[in-house]
Amino acid sequence: MYPKVGISLVTIFEKLGHQVVIADAPACCGQPAFNSGYWDEARLVAVKVLEHLKDAEVIVIPSGSCGAMLKVFYQELFTGTEHEAAAAELASKVHEFSSFLVNQLGVTDLGAEFPHTVTFHDGCHGLRELGNKLPPRQLLANVRGLELVEMDAAETCCGFGGTFSAKFPAISTAMAEVKCASALDTKTEYIVSCDSSCLMQIQGLASRQGQPLKTIHLAEILARA
Amino acid sequence: MTSPASQFTTDAGRVAPDLRHRGIIQAAMGKYETVRDQRKKWFQDWEGARNLAARTKFEAVNHLDRYLEEFVSKLEARGTKVHWASTSAQAREIIFSILREKDAKVVVKSKAMTSEEIHLNAAMAEAGYEVVESDLGEFIVQLREEAPYHLVFPAMHLTRGDIKETFEDKLHITSSDNPEDLTMVARRVLREKYLQADVGITGANFAVAETGMISITENEGNARLTAALPKTMITLVGIEKVLPRITDLALFLPMLAVMGTGQALTCYNTMYGGPRQADEADGPEEFHVVLLDNHRTSLLADAEQRDALGCIRCGACLNVCPIFKNIGGHTYSTTYGGPIGSVITPHLRGLTQWKHLSDASSLCGACTETCPVKIDLHHHLLQNRRNGAKLKPSLFQKTAFKLFAPVANVRVLWSLTTQLSRIGMKVRGLVNGSIIDPAHAWTKTRELPPIAPQSFREWWKERQ
Ligand code: SF4
Repeated sequence: MYPKVGISLVTIFEKLGHQVVIADAPACCGQPAFNSGYWDEARLVAVKVLEHLKDAEVIVIPSGSCGAMLKVFYQELFTGTEHEAAAAELASKVHEFSSFLVNQLGVTDLGAEFPHTVTFHDGCHGLRELGNKLPPRQLLANVRGLELVEMDAAETCCGFGGTFSAKFPAISTAMAEVKCASALDTKTEYIVSCDSSCLMQIQGLASRQGQPLKTIHLAEILARA
Repeated sequence: MTSPASQFTTDAGRVAPDLRHRGIIQAAMGKYETVRDQRKKWFQDWEGARNLAARTKFEAVNHLDRYLEEFVSKLEARGTKVHWASTSAQAREIIFSILREKDAKVVVKSKAMTSEEIHLNAAMAEAGYEVVESDLGEFIVQLREEAPYHLVFPAMHLTRGDIKETFEDKLHITSSDNPEDLTMVARRVLREKYLQADVGITGANFAVAETGMISITENEGNARLTAALPKTMITLVGIEKVLPRITDLALFLPMLAVMGTGQALTCYNTMYGGPRQADEADGPEEFHVVLLDNHRTSLLADAEQRDALGCIRCGACLNVCPIFKNIGGHTYSTTYGGPIGSVITPHLRGLTQWKHLSDASSLCGACTETCPVKIDLHHHLLQNRRNGAKLKPSLFQKTAFKLFAPVANVRVLWSLTTQLSRIGMKVRGLVNGSIIDPAHAWTKTRELPPIAPQSFREWWKERQ
């Protein structure tokens, strides 16, 4: 649903002189089944992911949530199975894209320009499973013309939570309202995040309620020359 | 009868959009996080303190048999009568037999979640005893015939105006709505009850094995009066409350205060080691300690989730939980609400009936991040979901995820699905947000993003 994020990533890495290979891995990491408690079914997809990615040098994922699935939850999913070692090996090669840029490549300035005021939403998995607090901010700090105004509820969940958002829509919606209210307080034009799913939730609510909020993935900003 | 799951969904659906409720809780929590974080800095090394606390609790829980034995023998040596209760019913019966023996009529209580757990108040009232809660918050919710809303702040959901009204309705006492006046009303009523009470019942924050002592920490001094004035004192304590050494309190008392209320230490910290001794001037003539299991041992048997027995009931995980803050404490309909309640209730009361609490989480992990004893709360929610799906799978979900696997795994199937959903989304758009919209759960309150005309893979292929 968000091809621009992938396209932006390709643009960024090619600009940095890397060769990008798009893995022919499954289209999903299996998180919906895993989070719903259907671990056997999640493994049907996850073993294929392990297989397809086993020869990759590094795997960069433009999502804290999918990144956490591969890096953290696969190890839980495969504990005590024949794939335990493969899951651990994969974990060591998987990186969420902003932390990869900053921590692995040492890149904090991509020469991007985005003359707008923004606030940043910390996706929960990126923040708490992967500890990815600073890299996105370091990257934003070097975008020309961009002004970052932190919101109070930056670290508060937006209420997406995968299937949770459809199983408990009332709770999920209330959480999105809290998030958007905090973002509105900053009077910024954009909410930036490293997770498309959070942005879908936030934008979905803001649009329905007619709030003057726009959402954009960090990669899309960084790809703007 | 409605099932706990459908009651939960209904109540959550009612409370979550309630802006008044949301405002009250946000105001109550207003400065909590800031003050808590300032106090954390008073620890030389907060993360180190958390690690130590987690280790200490885990050690206590792993050697529960040994520490409980030590705790009991020390208590008994000073004349305390110790009782073991496997179930709620047994605990109630033990307490009733003491009340009968003492020919008690009026009972005063200080805050004890264990007593909520065994539904003691209702049972005592039914048996004809007059029971009065002496903690201010508990006193208020008791008057309103409500359950405590929060582990630490039972009346968090009420404004001063609500409390003033409650006093007028139930006590027929008019007061202003300023906190001091309201407290004075409660104090006047309670003072009388302390003097009339035959028995005082308390909970415990910690049970120190080394010295055989109960530790109670509080801000109002009501637990002290509950323990000191009536002739008989009963303490109802969960077996997991044991700490090995008295020096452990030097870590746990400030930790509990910081996380519970943002205080450096609560106002009154008291140790109870037995009934009044021959050379002592005051204290109860008889001291009973009731040790409650009530399925704690089955949690102990669960190697994955045993750490949940380390909970010190500080309430911090509730305070940071966006689910709790939006649906409120009463929606859970459990003794223990919030993340820790969602984790342990299936163990205490049955997974099939209570798994929905583990489902009702976005798994954001704010609870785990804050928990001072490092309970892996949100991963335990995932495990409950897994165990629940094993125990009683939903045929629909199981089939859906089974069918999903080949679609995700085989590229052509995935592309085909993408094509189909493009058409589907167009058709769906005609009924967007309405009740016949297949995505109604989402679109009732939110827009769906348009499906991009070209997928990433399609773009990539074209470019190659
Ligand atoms: S689980 Fe942790 S944070 Fe929650 S009440 Fe228990 S000790 Fe406090």
